Amino acid sequence: MASALINVPATAKRGDIIEIKTLMSHIMETGFRHTVTGEVIPRNIITNFTCRYNGDEVFQADLFPAFSANPFISFFTIATESGKFEFQWIGDNGFQETASASIAVT
Amino acid sequence: MNRLRNISLSLLAVAAFTSLAEAAEIAPGERRSGASFMSVETLAMQTDATANPGMLWVLDGEALWSRKPVAGRACADCHGDASSMRGVAVRYPAFDEKLNRPVDLEQRVNLCRVDHQQLPPLADESRDLLALTALIGRQSRGMPIETGTDSRLQTFIDKGRDAFMRRQGQLNLACTNCHDDNWDKRLAGSAITQAHPTGYPVYRLEWQGLGSLKRRLRNCMIGVRAQPYSADAPEMVELELYLMSRARGMPSETPAVRP
Ligand code: HEC
Ligand code: HEC
Repeated sequence: MASALINVPATAKRGDIIEIKTLMSHIMETGFRHTVTGEVIPRNIITNFTCRYNGDEVFQADLFPAFSANPFISFFTIATESGKFEFQWIGDNGFQETASASIAVT
Repeated sequence: MNRLRNISLSLLAVAAFTSLAEAAEIAPGERRSGASFMSVETLAMQTDATANPGMLWVLDGEALWSRKPVAGRACADCHGDASSMRGVAVRYPAFDEKLNRPVDLEQRVNLCRVDHQQLPPLADESRDLLALTALIGRQSRGMPIETGTDSRLQTFIDKGRDAFMRRQGQLNLACTNCHDDNWDKRLAGSAITQAHPTGYPVYRLEWQGLGSLKRRLRNCMIGVRAQPYSADAPEMVELELYLMSRARGMPSETPAVRP
């Protein structure tokens, strides 16, 4: 079960600087740990996160093994027009999750 | 492993000072939640529902709450909306008439799985069990803990209290030596705190995940090199019961965040 928590303000004034917060459930297994019998636990992490605002990319990040489990990513952007934020997380073993949130800009 | 060894070594230092003082219980007015010992950043993470990773389990719990088993009914079919569980978690562990003993919230959920859904019980610390208890616990966030008012629980609370006061493990320390006598000190960089279980299941940064009160208690028992109780041991429920009744009146923080 993968779930995401997204926090985008429902409304904003044109030109406002708004904060966007995202939390994605993921174990973020580093690939550096071993089992009690010595086998390496294979790496299983999210490798990339992107946010698009009405189709335009406004934020992107590469993720690495040192990230905590359930990565929390927050960033700022400028409210330009009403529409949709689309979020995508991709990672090892074909991991791919998306989420979206709407904003009304006046 | 390294971390365990470090903690054990520093426990020797604690052993030195605990032998001086004898157990004194904390006065009700002086009780403090573990949250009050945390950094402002960790506290902010707990308070902000969109930054608290425990909320991911609450979301999963919502999905499970209304998921229909192959045969039989979903939790929601009998209980309605999860908000009907408001005030429930702050009464647990509670006395079960059929079993004639206290059961904790995890056991209560599993009783419903077995008796009312004809499903096998969920495993201790499994994601699904944590998700359901986080969802149920979340409904009581901010409400005062009420556990232990039922007089049928008294003998069990007393047994839990005895366990809390009894020295155990290779380091020969009782819970009270740390959590009543030395709660204002630190151990290997961690605040010892008063051990009030106000936010379980909690998202612990060290675990990188959500865990039950039982997992927390096992950590403390391993820390003094004692053999921890198994998850369903009556002694475990008695200890949970004592801790919850000791925190009676304190507000619930579930799902809390701890370092
Ligand atoms: C077929 C109906 C039914 C289903 C399905 C069911 N329950 Fe229950 N539940 C009950 C009844 C009846 C009780 C009261 C105690 C008893 O008689 O077992 C109860 C009690 C409880 C309680 C204790 C409430 C209190 O006030 O102390 C909790 C918590 C609970 N159920 C959770 C769940 C969860 C979680 C699920 C789904 C996994 C679930 N139940 C599924 C019927 C059901
Ligand atoms: C050697 C000292 C020591 C002993 C003995 C000890 N603990 Fe702890 N306990 C700690 C420390 C330190 C923490 C906090 C750890 C952290 O924040 O990383 C803690 C945390 C806790 C918590 C979590 C509180 C919260 O805010 O979530 C509970 C509950 C608890 N202990 C109960 C117990 C019980 C019950 C026993 C006896 C079986 C016990 N402890 C024995 C040191 C101890």
